[in-house]
Amino acid sequence: MDFTLKIWRQESQKAKGRFETYKITDISPDCSFLEMLDILNESLVNKLSHPVCFDHDCREGICGMCGLYINGHPHGPDSAITTCQLHMRKFKDGETITIEPWRAKPFPIIRDLVVDRTALDKIIQEGGYVSVTTGGVPDGNSILIPKHKADKAMDSASCIGCGACVAACKNASAMLFVSAKVSQLALLPQGKPEAATRVQNMVAKMDQLGFGNCTNTYACEAECPKEIKRSNIARMNREFILAKVASEEDLQQ
Amino acid sequence: MNTLSSKIPEGQLSEKWTRYKSSQKLVNPANKRKLDIIVVGTGLAGASAAASLGALGFNVKIFCISDSPRRAHSIAAQGGINAAKNYQNDGDSVDRLFFDTIKGGDYRAREANVYRLAEVSNSIIDQCVAQGVPFARDYSGMLDNRSFGGAQVSRTFYAKGQTGQQLLLGAYSALSKEIKAGTVKMYERREMMDLVVVDGRARGIITRNLQTGEIERWASHAVVIATGGYGNVYFLSTNAMNCNGSAAVQCFHKGAFFANPCFVQIHPTCIPVKGDYQSKLTLMSESLRNDGRIWVPKKIEDAQAIREGRLNPTDISEQDRDYYLERRYPAFGNLVPRDIASRAAKERCDAGYGVAPSGYGVYLDFKSAIERLGKDKVEARYGNLFQMYEKIVDVNPYENPMMIYPAVHYTMGGLWVDYELQTTIPGLFATGEANFSDHGANRLGASALMQGLADGYFILPYTIQNYLSDQIYQERISTQTEEFTQAENALRDKLETIMSIKGEKTVDTLQRELGHIMWEYVGMGRNAENLRKAIPMLRELRNEFWTNVRVTGDLTSMNPELEKAVRLADHIELSQIIAKDALQREESCGGHYREEFVTNEGEAKRDDDNYMFVAAWQYTGKDQEPIMHKEELKYEFINVQQRNYK
Repeated sequence: MDFTLKIWRQESQKAKGRFETYKITDISPDCSFLEMLDILNESLVNKLSHPVCFDHDCREGICGMCGLYINGHPHGPDSAITTCQLHMRKFKDGETITIEPWRAKPFPIIRDLVVDRTALDKIIQEGGYVSVTTGGVPDGNSILIPKHKADKAMDSASCIGCGACVAACKNASAMLFVSAKVSQLALLPQGKPEAATRVQNMVAKMDQLGFGNCTNTYACEAECPKEIKRSNIARMNREFILAKVASEEDLQQ
Repeated sequence: MNTLSSKIPEGQLSEKWTRYKSSQKLVNPANKRKLDIIVVGTGLAGASAAASLGALGFNVKIFCISDSPRRAHSIAAQGGINAAKNYQNDGDSVDRLFFDTIKGGDYRAREANVYRLAEVSNSIIDQCVAQGVPFARDYSGMLDNRSFGGAQVSRTFYAKGQTGQQLLLGAYSALSKEIKAGTVKMYERREMMDLVVVDGRARGIITRNLQTGEIERWASHAVVIATGGYGNVYFLSTNAMNCNGSAAVQCFHKGAFFANPCFVQIHPTCIPVKGDYQSKLTLMSESLRNDGRIWVPKKIEDAQAIREGRLNPTDISEQDRDYYLERRYPAFGNLVPRDIASRAAKERCDAGYGVAPSGYGVYLDFKSAIERLGKDKVEARYGNLFQMYEKIVDVNPYENPMMIYPAVHYTMGGLWVDYELQTTIPGLFATGEANFSDHGANRLGASALMQGLADGYFILPYTIQNYLSDQIYQERISTQTEEFTQAENALRDKLETIMSIKGEKTVDTLQRELGHIMWEYVGMGRNAENLRKAIPMLRELRNEFWTNVRVTGDLTSMNPELEKAVRLADHIELSQIIAKDALQREESCGGHYREEFVTNEGEAKRDDDNYMFVAAWQYTGKDQEPIMHKEELKYEFINVQQRNYK
């Protein structure tokens, strides 16, 4: 298969970016999208130019490292997959493919298609955990968890932190990401003692880092490679309001 | 000659760890604050160690090669984690987990280390549950288990097909808590480029900031290497693209011994290779072997017809299918250990029964499981794996059998460590896949997660104190010493040399060549003739790299080509000791299969009289032959037997 690629190139955060056009030919339909970029990069190295930088690692859809905005969609046209799981058979022969980085203010561009997503880690650091230290914990089976709750918590916990939800959102909101972690821990008894402070601190951090608000368009859910449900956002809002109204706990600062 | 002391405590096997903990030296809280520890790597072994050490009060710096600890390849482990809880009342115990692990490792692991691993396994489950890891539960709300290869009990805890992800996120959350508390400082997009040794002790590292190209110096009282395995020397493996053995090679070059490099695990259930463009192989969890049945056609003409696309697997009747694992190993069937399942697949394909277009593939069939359990139940168990398979191969595995073939997956070999997880360089520790200690010649499924977390949560936080207790008089280490300057200058020279070669071959091309040599000559079936051929080929490849590699871009910005080149140079070094180690070990054991050493039935034949030792390699300088040291393995508590899964 042959393709025309329009790829965003930008040397650094401060440099001015632009689209460059590349022709690529003779690609197998079984080739993955990132392997297609590998082939492009190898040809660029052969021409003594700087290859296109893009983030990637596990190439099996679980690490959340890859993330490209392909033809207007985070992770491309297919559903419920990451960029690394996208294969060229999903495109038409001769198609022009536009490849951009995640576009969101809290994700500054590092180079080309690589963005800085450490803002997501900073939100987790505000309370996306149960405050246990190593050792001195009870037997695993002393905490009984109804199967449906454990399964629901697992669904929320499937988030891979790729940032597609933020990239998809016109407001660059991180509500789906934050609510997935809040939900996982709110559903489990282990997370209950800190639930009220957790949700308040994480939401405050999200706002502080410049992520936008949720205006219920649900592009995040539609583009999430792990199909994290928007009901998580509803649960987080409920947790947030409960924490604000019914709890006497103040923000931990 | 033998300078290795494994420092195994005296006493009965079951008392050793307790005895060690009660007599080791500790560091008091006021002194902990004055001691710096560097942890390299943020996977299970690194994140859990850093979080635990930070919580104890040490000053910890952790270095992450990616943008976030959650990218570490531990995240991709699918199947589960073993523990001897015996929640199923099926006869499990610490002793049995210990025994299965030793036997699975083909009697090439250290008894005391493995026993300790089995002992702390239960605490890991408790720890993870307390962190909010959503393990699978049964309808009573209790933790659920599944069975795994190499065991006859159900001791594997799991979270759908994403156990590694959930455990890593658990460790990541513990780490995040410490980062927030200020006890751990995280440095992301940093790659370790060298170890700094001062007066014989590990005192720091040199890193390259992958974002800016800056070379940075970091000093500490102790260094922990938790950088995973070196499976990517084979180019195509189930490892992530960033996984590499570079840090371990740097430590090797600075004097740390490298143990059993030839023990590489080939995992039986991966999606077969399709084309030259392929960048990695995808693992399908071993847990699939619980319900999937592995087969090839009985008739060679059927296999040929399938390869040529004239016949579908579903057209082949039951009596014309050869469920070769069930046939050869009736007691364990499809659940034999990984090395055995891998070799059996290779044997069938080499004999002409392979079903992939390339000839290298066998079927993993869920037809009978779907008939027995119903599609819904199979989907609940393996849904995400089936989806992953379909996305890659474009075939629906509910209707057609999956096609699988073995691929490089895990390295049992690694930095040599003693009972305290300390390498031969004082102050340098290695945890998780980066060390060699617990899996012998073959790792059992669901044991990697167990080992990584055992090392990080429950072993290193004790043993490192025994070392640090006499470091309290050592002031904070300065990075402005001669040793740091030398290491930095050497690195700058090396990087500039690589950039200045401006040769004809890209890093990827050379990497593929390395992978080809390793897979063909040092792969699943090895023999002296091929190994002897491989060694000069690897030397030649090294020459080619240093005279003909082409790296574009510059030193002062993000440059993935340069990153890959540095790792490749280290992998070529490592490959040579893998080949040498494979050549000296004239026996077949675990993942190391020498075609000359087989039983009459074609099974691996160990030589306990001559090879019951750990081979620990010492670097002696560029172009010098490395020296092999032997650590004899003594089995005091279990009967050494021939492995038999029939």
